[in-house]
Amino acid sequence: MPPKSFEVKPKLDESGSSIGELLEISMGPHHPSTHGVFRMDVVLDGEKVVKLKPVCGYLHRNHEKIGENISYLASMPYTDRLDYFCSMTNNWAYALTIEKLAGLAVPERAEYIRVIMAELTRLQNHTSLIGFFVHDMGALGTPLMYAFREREKILDLFEEVSGARMMCNYMRFGGVRVDVNDEWLARTKQLVANYGRFLDEFETFLNENEILLARTQGVSPLTKEQAINASLTGPLLRAAGVNYDVRKVDKYGIYSRFDFKVPLGEHGDLYDRYMMRVLEMRESIKILNQALRDIPGGPVMDPKAKLRGFRPKPGEVYGRIESPKGELGFYIISDGGPNPYRYRVRPPSFINITILEDMCLGHRVADVIVILGSVDIVLGEVDR
Amino acid sequence: MLGEQIIKGMAVTARNFFGSYVSKERLTTVQYPEEHLAQKENTRQFPFLVYDGDDWEKGLRCVACQICEKECPPKCIYIVKSKDKKPDYKGQPQLYPATFDIDISVCMSCQICVEVCPFESIKMDTKFELSTADRFGGLLLTKDKLAKPNSYYQEMHPHDAADSDAVIAAEKAKAEAKAKAAAEAKVKADAEAKAKAAAAAAAAPIAAPAPTPPPAK
Repeated sequence: MPPKSFEVKPKLDESGSSIGELLEISMGPHHPSTHGVFRMDVVLDGEKVVKLKPVCGYLHRNHEKIGENISYLASMPYTDRLDYFCSMTNNWAYALTIEKLAGLAVPERAEYIRVIMAELTRLQNHTSLIGFFVHDMGALGTPLMYAFREREKILDLFEEVSGARMMCNYMRFGGVRVDVNDEWLARTKQLVANYGRFLDEFETFLNENEILLARTQGVSPLTKEQAINASLTGPLLRAAGVNYDVRKVDKYGIYSRFDFKVPLGEHGDLYDRYMMRVLEMRESIKILNQALRDIPGGPVMDPKAKLRGFRPKPGEVYGRIESPKGELGFYIISDGGPNPYRYRVRPPSFINITILEDMCLGHRVADVIVILGSVDIVLGEVDR
Repeated sequence: MLGEQIIKGMAVTARNFFGSYVSKERLTTVQYPEEHLAQKENTRQFPFLVYDGDDWEKGLRCVACQICEKECPPKCIYIVKSKDKKPDYKGQPQLYPATFDIDISVCMSCQICVEVCPFESIKMDTKFELSTADRFGGLLLTKDKLAKPNSYYQEMHPHDAADSDAVIAAEKAKAEAKAKAAAEAKVKADAEAKAKAAAAAAAAPIAAPAPTPPPAK
């Protein structure tokens, strides 16, 4: 039976006598600001949220079960569809896991290309996230359009190399699919050089805007303890003041070579989460400048890697990277056959919304939308 | 002052709005059906089959090995092998696909079929305006609709096509060299056998004609 769109319930005091009415609303799955097909059962007392139940699964596509029934390589394009904003980092996480399993080495140039792609992905994800975030607050259109204008430029670069704007399917076990040329690198340098200017403009536009301050400061603060207990990762965790970035903790790829800082918040409120994205973009630009300066020549694929008939030796492995949304991990068990015996994704968006109720309780219904926007979920990844 | 920052933000909006009249940087929209952006060379949409020469049925490079069918993640390729064989570009008898269907309503444009194909026979098209009113057959492409000449591929992806042509040429040269070597070896073996026979004849007491020199190749 389809869920009712709303229901009126009696509001009871301690002794059980009715003192008013509570309204239970089903927000979504077609709600324009739930960032996809996501539903929240919200119980409201006036405008205050007294109970919230996230309901997901509307976009479930059997990603993990499909992954167990097709070859290792054939899962790669499916990982694009997990978090469809950041296909490059999804590819990297999966490739990294299989490389760990099969013991493949990645050539130097490919490592640099991967860092460049991942940081460009972080730039475009955070830019559009901020656009959506202020869109949710009622800044309809304008900031989102500016964000998308910049995002398009990065997607153009992705298309030129990988052939697709969003479903890049670019990384392979032991390297990347095609090499980038000097012209592309020059254009990327140009884009990165201009990006700082765009961020300056964007920050003047939003940072101290009174409406944004009123809507975000002090709303839904998260403590360190809460964030750690809910096993949050990514900007959400760092906004609460926990210094945890897989790029620094694991130093996967060649991240140990770059000089960058991990921005930390203090209050864990919405404003900190917003600023976290802005500051992370600044750090990404730093990493990009270093990577584009140092990129060496050479091959982009491990000669031992093979496309057809790939059968890694039996074993189990967990590989993780810092995707723009948090820690993205793949857990694979191989039994030596052509397809994985077990294939599991640790999606950052899904784990980050588990704490949604705690973040929303006591706030008004209009804040729920903004809080959900600040978590940065993509339903492709939540429901898989 | 309350509202000062809002006014500052409005100034940014105004700068972008009026800037869009003078700067291409700020006005990036394209009026799509009337205007098109230039396609990137690496763009991939849906697969097609490459053939050499003029006759698509004769020149199809595909040998129905079914690797792409096996590797295709959404399983949108359907191949039936032929019963008979026909010579490929190397002159070797090879199977060919009796049926080769791609359901592009299922295809997700991942290019894995192109990567795993060992015969350079399946490549990516860049056409994307493929909408059709036919709900069932319209997006099921059969062999005759999929076959496109190599010149089409060269025009679309000049760099990739040059690489693929080089691979084909190398394969062909290798096959020809092998055939030539085999032919030479055969000629040599024939000559040796002849010489042996002649020598045997010469050794016989009856006077025999002098052994003929081995024929030039």
